[in-house]
Order: sequence, then structure tokens, then C-alpha cells
Amino acid sequence: MLRFITTRLVAMVLTLWAVSFVAFAIIQLPPGDYLTTYMATLASNGDRVDPAQIDALRRQYGFGEPYIVQYWKWITGILTRGDFGQSFEWKAPVTTLIWGRLGNSILVEGLAVIVMWTIALPIGIYVAVKKYSLGDYLATIGGFIGLAIPNFLLALLLMYLSFVWFGTTIGGLFSPAYENAHWSIPRLMDFLSRAWAPVLVLATAGTAELIRILRANLLDELKKPYVTTARAKGLPEWKVILKYPVRVALNPLVSTIGWLLPALVSSSVIVSVVLNLPTAGPLLLRSLTSQDMYLAGAIIMLLGVLTVIGTLISDLLLAWIDPRIRYGSK
Amino acid sequence: MTAPLLTINDMSIIFTSPDEPDIEAVRQVDLTLTPGKTLALVGESGCGKSVTARAVLRLLDRNADIRTGEILFEGEGGKVDIARLKPDSDAMRAIRGAQVSMIFQEPMSSLSPVHTIGDQIDEIIILHERLTPRQARERTIALLDQVGVPGARERANAYPFELSGGLRQRAMIAMALACTPKLLIADEPTTALDVTTQAQILDLLRQLQDDYGMAMLFITHDLGVVAEIADEIAVMYLGDVVEQGDVFDVFRAPRHPYTQALMNSVPRLQRKAERERLSPIKGNVPSPKDRPQGCAFTSRCPFAFEPCADTRPARTSLPGDHVARCHLLTRTRAEAMA
Repeated sequence: MLRFITTRLVAMVLTLWAVSFVAFAIIQLPPGDYLTTYMATLASNGDRVDPAQIDALRRQYGFGEPYIVQYWKWITGILTRGDFGQSFEWKAPVTTLIWGRLGNSILVEGLAVIVMWTIALPIGIYVAVKKYSLGDYLATIGGFIGLAIPNFLLALLLMYLSFVWFGTTIGGLFSPAYENAHWSIPRLMDFLSRAWAPVLVLATAGTAELIRILRANLLDELKKPYVTTARAKGLPEWKVILKYPVRVALNPLVSTIGWLLPALVSSSVIVSVVLNLPTAGPLLLRSLTSQDMYLAGAIIMLLGVLTVIGTLISDLLLAWIDPRIRYGSK
Repeated sequence: MTAPLLTINDMSIIFTSPDEPDIEAVRQVDLTLTPGKTLALVGESGCGKSVTARAVLRLLDRNADIRTGEILFEGEGGKVDIARLKPDSDAMRAIRGAQVSMIFQEPMSSLSPVHTIGDQIDEIIILHERLTPRQARERTIALLDQVGVPGARERANAYPFELSGGLRQRAMIAMALACTPKLLIADEPTTALDVTTQAQILDLLRQLQDDYGMAMLFITHDLGVVAEIADEIAVMYLGDVVEQGDVFDVFRAPRHPYTQALMNSVPRLQRKAERERLSPIKGNVPSPKDRPQGCAFTSRCPFAFEPCADTRPARTSLPGDHVARCHLLTRTRAEAMA
């Protein structure tokens, strides 16, 4: 087991290094740099730009230097000082900008993942066991609707309905009063009263998908001889199903937990814009359009870190629940 | 003669499907099992052996229906007709694993891949005997030791994929015997094993039967295995039990043409000069939907005559506890009477 973890950790570090290299390359791919975008904006506003000043800025940020040199400066800054560089657009260090946003992202999307599993697990088991029953068909129809409705549309619909029915607007994660307050019971209540909508919106499609996958996996497992063996012992049917086939059917799902977080971050961008959520998604979008390269790079890098950590967690979980993986790595 | 432990009378099992006509997988099964004796149920693939065995534990799929007949079991609480119990009822579950247990063909896929074998055996003991997990584990270790698993204490913590096929099947047997059942059903327990392991497992089963005095229903298509283990034999063809009797009687003088043909298709070890060609049974097993109304073997029987195709032969008692269903037997008797 220790060896299993060590090999995974080494692989993780190598992956992260590759991610950082590629992330930095990608944010430099578009022609021009932040200053060209900046000048274009100023020019379109009719302002005059002093070329000398631009040159000075360009030198200061090291834009003229080769890729490798820029990358080296960036990565050593992160590793030695935890310094992700400056955001040009916000005129502030990247670190001060992203932590709160990223925290909100993890919070909202983590909740969405939990909601997803709590809803999908019992329904998925039910529809597999009662295949072709009324409940199965209803869940299938509901699932396809959940998959087919775009998240932003659902968000708009919820906003509209909550305004018409309750007279409140949903949007954001906190009321202005609690925006910058420390965590406390009232702030938590305030958060929950607003966060249910984005959590629900983000969880729908995933729930529907999870139900389909769990149903398919479980249908395969229910036919296996070891289920008959368990029944032949005289166990009650529910215990047979929960202890044996469900346990095996969960394996492939557990291995996908790692991808859920980054997938949610990128898929939640539109929802976050619509619901005005202070999460990382919209910030990433803005920084990419304005070529705010250090900010974009930091977010992409941290998403990479999240993915890799998520994968590690799901690998460990998988090794824990499936002995075949644990012992296969010897 | 001891009272039978389990009697199956005229059982038929029908599989229904929404888009196909019903299939009568088992048409007419009569079997009698006696405590301490082994009955071998023999027949080709698809003749309904396994379906019959599973019906005894009510482990059939939901689309299978025991249409007629009874499965009378002399259980701890008196005689019950298993065919009338609900598959997931308390009464049925009290029989499963505790009074009647089963060993399956494929020891790898029949054990859960993600639980240790100790865990899987403990479970059945805790369920039926209400022991604590610690007591159950002690019993499990004793059982594993008894079925010849070396290093039972450590092996109890092993997963099925860490054991050889023979050890897995031993673990399976330990599980089946955990609550000292009165009847052990073995569904081709040696088919997936190599020949030497097969012989060891058969020895083990025979020895355990002597120790526990249980009845055994042994399903196989291998007549060599039958000769090795069985006291009695029942021959099935296409859903019908065509002949049942003492294994020596049936082997020496098979009365049903199908049994005779089956015996002739077994190779014998002979000197080269004396070898004869095997005589396989003519034709193929028809599918259950083309089965003749009368005797199922009519289409392949060399002696078929006019009542065979339309009239189902009656159970004819022969000397000893030997019974067969064949019109030839009643004809010769009728001719002798004339």
C-alpha cells in the first residue's frame, strides 16, 4: 500500500510539472499580449497611448524574453515564494484574487457533488433492481430531461420562478451584509439560502448521468454468480444487493470522482455568470479574454492541481474498496 | 428404507418472456433424495439440471415460474412444500444456507471479488446461528481447516483471486457446510477444475458426507464423476427425468434408450486392438419448443414406435428402487401378460 501511494505521488509531481508547462504555453499562444489588448482598449476609447510608457511596461513584465525564461521566472516564483505573479487587469497580486474565488468554487461544486451522489445512489440502485418498472421509466425520463436542459437555462428558470413565487432574486452566494464577514451561523444560513440554487443547477446533469451509469453497471453485476451465492446463503434481498453487486458497481464511479471537480469548474462558467456567483469560472473567462496571463495561468495551474489531487483521492479510494487493485500493484 | 428428505413430484418450470413464446425448461421432474445418500443428476447441457437444482432453493430468475408439482422438504419445522413458498420470504430464507445449501460451478465468479473469503463465510454463520463475529471467525477457520485449506487462519483473510481454483472451491464448500445443512446441492462443482483437483474435491465431498450425514444432489454431465461419487442416479433429457435408480442398477442395466445411448457414448480404456469406435447419439437435442408431445427422446430414439410421439410414458417401477419412463417397458410387460 505504501509503495502504491509513493508511485502515485511521484507520478503526481511529474504530471503537475507537465501541466504547469503546458498551461504556461497555452496562455501565451494567442497572438499579442496583455499590453496589445490594453492598448487596443485605450485606443477604442479614444485615449492616446504613450509608446515609451508601453515599452517600459513591456520590459518590466519581461514580455520580450524567450518562453523558457518567462516560464522559469514564473515557476520559481510559485515554488519559492508562492507568488503567482501580478494580474495586469486588476493591478493586484494573483494570490489575493484567486483564493477566495477558488474557495467558493470548491464549496459550491463540492456541495453539488455531494447532492449528486445522495440523489443518484438510491435512485440508480432502485432503477437497476426494478428494471422496466414504472419507477425505472419515470427516472429515465426525468434523467433525460435533466441531461437535455442546458444548465444556464435551468438557472434562468429558477431565477424567474423564485422571483415570481417568492419575490426574491437569487444570485450571488452571500447577501451584501455577509459578503466579507467571517464564517458564523447567520452567514452560513445566508449562504445556504442562496447556494441551493446553483448547487441544484450544477447537480442536475451530473445526477442524471450518474443514475444512468450506476444502472448500467449494476445491471451487469446483478447477473453475476456471486449474487446468487449471496442469495443462497439466505440473506434478505436488500442486504444481498447492497453488500455485493452495489459495492462492485461503484468501482468505476469512484474512479471518476477525480475528474468531477475540474469538469464542474469549466461547466459552471456560464451558470456562474448567469447567477452572478463569485467563483473561479468567470474570473478565468475574463482573464483569458483580456490576456491577463498570470491570472489565467494561475487558475489553470490550480485546476490542474485539483484534478491531480482528485485523481489521487479517487485512486486511494478505489484501492481501499477494491482489493484487486490494491494487490495488483505489488 | 429411510424416509426421503426431499421429494420432487411432477415439477414443471416455465420461463416467460415478453417478446417470445414461453419455454418449458423443465417439463416433468420426479426426484427423491435420502439422508446420507448422493443422487447424481445427469444430462446434457440445457436439459434442465441446473434449473431443477435452483428451483429447490428458489433461486430462479423472476421470469421463471414453477407451474405444476411440489417440492416437499422434510425441514426442521416439519414438512414444507418449497414450491409454494415465496422466494424472498422468511420461511424460504430460513431454509437457504441453513438447511439446504449450494455449491456452484465457477468458484471464481461465485465468490465476491471484493470480500475476503473469511468475511463471506462468517456472514452465513452470523446470519443463521447468531454468533458474534469473533466466534463466527473461529468457526470459519475450523471449517476451512476441515475442508483442507492449509494455513486456514491466514487464508481466511485472503481474497478469492489470491487462491487457486481448488482452494476457492474448498472455501465455497466450507461456506456451504457452515451451518451443517441437511441437503447439499452441488451444481457441477468440479467442471471448472483440472482432473487431479477434481478427484481431491470429490474425495473431500464424500468424506464430508460421511461426517455430516447430509443428503447430496450432485449435478454433472460427467459419468465418470457419477461412478465416483453417486449412490443413485437420475437421468434427465430435455426437461424430463427419464430414469432414476441405484447407480449400480442403472449403470449395469440402463432401461431407458437415452440412458443406454449415454452409456455407450463413454470411452472405455482398452487395449489398442480391442478398441471400438464410440457410438454417439444420433441427431441433436431439439429445442424445447420442438419437443414431441410424448416422450422427449422420440426424435432420436432408435426404438421409437407409435405411442412415443404423442403419449407421455408413465413412471414404470422396475426391480429395486429403479424407475424409468419409457413405452418399451410397458409394451414388453403387456406382451408378457398376453
